[in-house]
Amino acid sequence: MEKIATRDSYGKALAELGKRAANVVVLDADLAGATKTGIFKKEFPDRFFDCGIQECNLIGVAAGLSTMGLVPFASTFAMFAAGRAFEQVRNTIGYPHLNVKICATHGGISVGEDGASHQCCEDFGLMRTIPGMTVLSPSDDVEARKMIAAAYEFVGPVYIRFGRAATPVYHDENFKFEIGKGELLRDGSDIAIIATGIMVPEALAAADALAEEKISARVINMATLKPIDEKIILDAAKDCKKIVTVEEHSIIGGLGEAVCAVLAENCPTPVKRIGVNDEFGHSGPAAALMKDFGLCSENIIAKVKEFLG
Amino acid sequence: MTQKELQLLALKIREGVLKSTHAAKSGHPGGSLSAADYFAYLYGEEIHVDPKNPKWEDRDRFVLSKGHCAPGLYATLANVGFFPVEDLLTLRKIGSYLQGHPNMNLTPGVDMSTGSLGQGISTACGMAKGAKYLGKPISVYTLLGDGELAEGQVWEATMFAAHYKLDNLCIAVDINGLQIDGATKDVMNTAPVDKKFEAFGCAVIEVDGHNFDEIAKGFKFFHDNKGKGKPTVILLKTTKGKGVSFMENQAGWHGKAPNDEQLAQGLAELAAARKIVEEA
Repeated sequence: MEKIATRDSYGKALAELGKRAANVVVLDADLAGATKTGIFKKEFPDRFFDCGIQECNLIGVAAGLSTMGLVPFASTFAMFAAGRAFEQVRNTIGYPHLNVKICATHGGISVGEDGASHQCCEDFGLMRTIPGMTVLSPSDDVEARKMIAAAYEFVGPVYIRFGRAATPVYHDENFKFEIGKGELLRDGSDIAIIATGIMVPEALAAADALAEEKISARVINMATLKPIDEKIILDAAKDCKKIVTVEEHSIIGGLGEAVCAVLAENCPTPVKRIGVNDEFGHSGPAAALMKDFGLCSENIIAKVKEFLG
Repeated sequence: MTQKELQLLALKIREGVLKSTHAAKSGHPGGSLSAADYFAYLYGEEIHVDPKNPKWEDRDRFVLSKGHCAPGLYATLANVGFFPVEDLLTLRKIGSYLQGHPNMNLTPGVDMSTGSLGQGISTACGMAKGAKYLGKPISVYTLLGDGELAEGQVWEATMFAAHYKLDNLCIAVDINGLQIDGATKDVMNTAPVDKKFEAFGCAVIEVDGHNFDEIAKGFKFFHDNKGKGKPTVILLKTTKGKGVSFMENQAGWHGKAPNDEQLAQGLAELAAARKIVEEA
């Protein structure tokens, strides 16, 4: 399967969007090469504003630009967009509900060698707590590109997390992305695996392996973390009885807790959360690190079997 | 506006600050009063806005970066016709469109939601940059407090404004010398403010923030600097609590509302000042 990093998808989609949408402007904080906004910068230098290494100001500038009728796409690493500038996002974009798209790359453990200081496993939690914030996490290249177009059409603040490492492209070009809709990728009745981001291909691989052992696993791609698709979760609970969530994020505050909240209030169902436990990351090659943290199909298979007993 | 009209507007703004914070039993009169003359000149004479059409696309913009001085801004907006003056008494009450700190989606005439210090100036930079990109002759005004200058983001934004040559941005600083915990020079010395902004690439002028000729000089300096590629900074030398004797130069009046007796005394002082202006 072809592999593409979703940050590359973002860069390409943004440059494409720039061609048809004259009101799109892009901001970055000295990371255009890494976030891939550099592709847009090359095509539209007059619409690209580098803020230098000042993420808090970047968020405020984006807010101001949006009040002038422009649609800013503001980019830096997830650690700095959601973490360092959290309060700026909350107060100058979230509170006034401004039409800014915060596109953060380098989310999660797969940042790799840079280590814990740059491996943001808290962004879903931080962004989900802001009232009115839409939180998205694409699972492959196709979804990431379609998501950019959807985020532009959507009026309001949006946070999107992209990955650094190249990951499998499993959607075909006919795939249609819709904000707020989970995607049923594979039906199953013994267990439902709800995954987001680059963990989705891992969940699909796990389901294939489980099928060989006569375990029928449903797989759901939850690309919208907020507002979350309650129906697809509740349907899974009714049909499958047990649910596993998988995310490249802390098990605190992310997909797992969002799914648990829906289930606890509507249809109590046993859940096992797979993600980064309450600990910091560390340095290493991305693929090895993901295995180290159990963010891989092998661990999903083991956890599912343990869960089903 | 004539000098007399400006003076009367400033007195009405001060009256609104006292009445609204008294009704709310909280709020920030000290810095609202020190900025009252700036507010009066800005909305009485300087800024291109239309109270009947608050969202007019090509209006100038104002961002109150020191958002806690909302009572001063609200009293100004009410007195120039954005909403009824009587509504000032709903300040900070449940259901009011006059929140404790400015909310752009609730209050006519408020261009940006602010309140968390250091952030308003960044949004003003975004507006100024946007106006330049769109080729619109819009001026963007923002007001900061001198205590606010301790926030690192102020200097990020100033660096940005100079880097992008935002000469359509007019940054005013209300230098009243006091903040919550005491004198700014004791809490966190921000001086020398002029040299700091100059070093960051701004054109800086210092004026008496309670003298309309001086404030006018500050704005003329801003307009003269347009086209020269530098953001303008107007340093307003002011007195915290200006116009109400017992509030003047008292850090304690930063964030405290007057009680009934204090309101009566304050209003009596403002009425006396009004009489002098009217008879002059």
